[in-house]
Amino acid sequence: MHKEAAIREPLILGHKSYHDITVDVCKPIEDKAPRMWYILFGIALIIGLYGVGCIAYLLGTGIGVWGLNKTIGWAWDITNFVWWVGIGHAGTLISAVLLLFRQKWRMAINRSAEAMTIFAVFMAGMFPLIHMGRLWLGYWVLPLPNQFGSLWVNFNSPLLWDVFAISTYLSVSLVFWYIGLIPDFATIRDRAKTAVSKKMYSILSFGWSGRAKHWNRFELISLVLAGIATPLVFSVHSIVSFDFATSVIPGWHTTIFPPYFVCGAVFSGFAMVQTLMLVMRKAMRLEAYIHVRHVEYMNIVIMVTGSIVGVAYLTELFVSWYSGVEYEQYAFINRATGPYWWAYASMMTCNVISPQLMWFRKLRRSLIFTFIISIVVNIGMWFERYVIIVTSLHRDYLPSSWTMHFPSHIDIGVYIGTIGLFFVFFLLFARYFPVLALNEVKTILKSSGESYKNAPSHGHDDHGHSHENLNTNNQ
Amino acid sequence: MAEKVIYAMYDDDDVLKDGAKLLVAKGVKISDVFSPFPIHGIDPIIGIKNTRLGIVAFLFGITGLLLATYGMRFFMITDWPMNIGGKPNETYMDNMLAFIPVTFEFTVFCAAHGMAITYLLRNKTLPGMPALNPDPRTTDDKFVIELKLSENIQFSEEELNSMLKETGIIEIDQKEIN
Repeated sequence: MHKEAAIREPLILGHKSYHDITVDVCKPIEDKAPRMWYILFGIALIIGLYGVGCIAYLLGTGIGVWGLNKTIGWAWDITNFVWWVGIGHAGTLISAVLLLFRQKWRMAINRSAEAMTIFAVFMAGMFPLIHMGRLWLGYWVLPLPNQFGSLWVNFNSPLLWDVFAISTYLSVSLVFWYIGLIPDFATIRDRAKTAVSKKMYSILSFGWSGRAKHWNRFELISLVLAGIATPLVFSVHSIVSFDFATSVIPGWHTTIFPPYFVCGAVFSGFAMVQTLMLVMRKAMRLEAYIHVRHVEYMNIVIMVTGSIVGVAYLTELFVSWYSGVEYEQYAFINRATGPYWWAYASMMTCNVISPQLMWFRKLRRSLIFTFIISIVVNIGMWFERYVIIVTSLHRDYLPSSWTMHFPSHIDIGVYIGTIGLFFVFFLLFARYFPVLALNEVKTILKSSGESYKNAPSHGHDDHGHSHENLNTNNQ
Repeated sequence: MAEKVIYAMYDDDDVLKDGAKLLVAKGVKISDVFSPFPIHGIDPIIGIKNTRLGIVAFLFGITGLLLATYGMRFFMITDWPMNIGGKPNETYMDNMLAFIPVTFEFTVFCAAHGMAITYLLRNKTLPGMPALNPDPRTTDDKFVIELKLSENIQFSEEELNSMLKETGIIEIDQKEIN
């Protein structure tokens, strides 16, 4: 078994047994939902339904109800799309990349981070679909035989690459998530008291029995899926950035975009994970499994990716000057000092300065501070996309076409609505699904659980848990 | 045909692993182990071969790669060559760089889904399948070794029971399964 240094903080606090883990995770599902859950669910549902109403109005009336104009043909819609896709990057990164690196702390957070990913990608996918105006013709993005002289979709277009990237990402994440959920559903099924929940969870658990051969396959499929999901995560946001980078618009036409977007996505995704996780651990009493150490690890990721994003901003500025292209130079001067200076300033403050505070150990281990920064980062990342999209467009080549963008209330309604729907999904998930990967957390109990790590000896000395063994390893 | 099986229950994965080693050394054939999470290192002890699902994923991935290549060559080169800014579109190679993202995505799509579907079919875990674990606690914190009497004809039932009892079990049960 893998040995862990005694000085390393345990990942599972308290004296938990395998059974305790099961009980702790299943309890919120088996108990009645607390009143707070109903209140939050009600609020999220109302906001979500308002968003659905705005979308219905948009589809009925036309894209003109958005605040777009002749110069700015893309604004809040694509900003929100990129924002949600970015948030959707943390889940698969946590479960796939951290699995390949054998990071055990991922196990407490990967399930809910992946759920967050899937719901965020749902929200993201909605924007290009409603932007079509005629939602019911959405299937035209697929290369299907048709009556227009077999006119195919354009495989040279980054917008079509996006269709393939987002749908692959969504479906592969969904599969990855569900494969991991099956054994945990089996645990809930075998504990279920009422006939209805027994029936529901036995359907969801696909008849999982936990045979040795099945676990053998389970471990391999998790590893291989992680292996192929890792390049997928990086490819998806690279392709999203191609939507801009392959154009000739000054401010978009930049080769730095793919890595810069990927880092920004991980940055905002982890921030959203922090926001959700800090509330969830408290509300569902999972403090023993998701604690300061996990928060600190995630804050370090936020700090690193935030710094990379900061370097990318500065590189962009430098290269625009160094390129000697007048239009490129103007695009960046206009961003920083033009009428949208406030958006640029918010982006810089939220994304470059705030994560630097995480260098202080005290701050990155403070839960309240982390919660505030996580929200600040998400606001900053929304502004980043707004700055890239709107400020590059609003001053066209012809000064006679210069305009400003003012969002309509439908713009705002659709955006706020997706946040509501996202929380509707997430709250349902927290209520009916195991929010912690039960079977995975149990595998690290003996190597990273507090009671096992700090016990002087507990009867299985030959397996190397004793303190003496660990101390020898440290020297 | 009904078959007699013995289920021996443990409350620790390491105890089960040591017990299984001991039993196998004595020549007992263990037909299966049920556990709430993967017990690392149990597979070679009870003679379970490593899964070949990795090969399946590779084959599905290759299929996806070829399909995507063939499809895009047909759509963009053969059937309706699109003139985009006068860029060359005579052959697949002329245009290939633009096809790489979709080729990659489709390869991953086929590999992941093909592998996942094979996994569910091979495990016989599909919606509505019955759970076959001998005890509901095996998905919580208990670990069970399954012995089939027909596979251990050199031992009598009593011999098997007494050998199991030496390995630190907490419960023992006998059932007839089909």
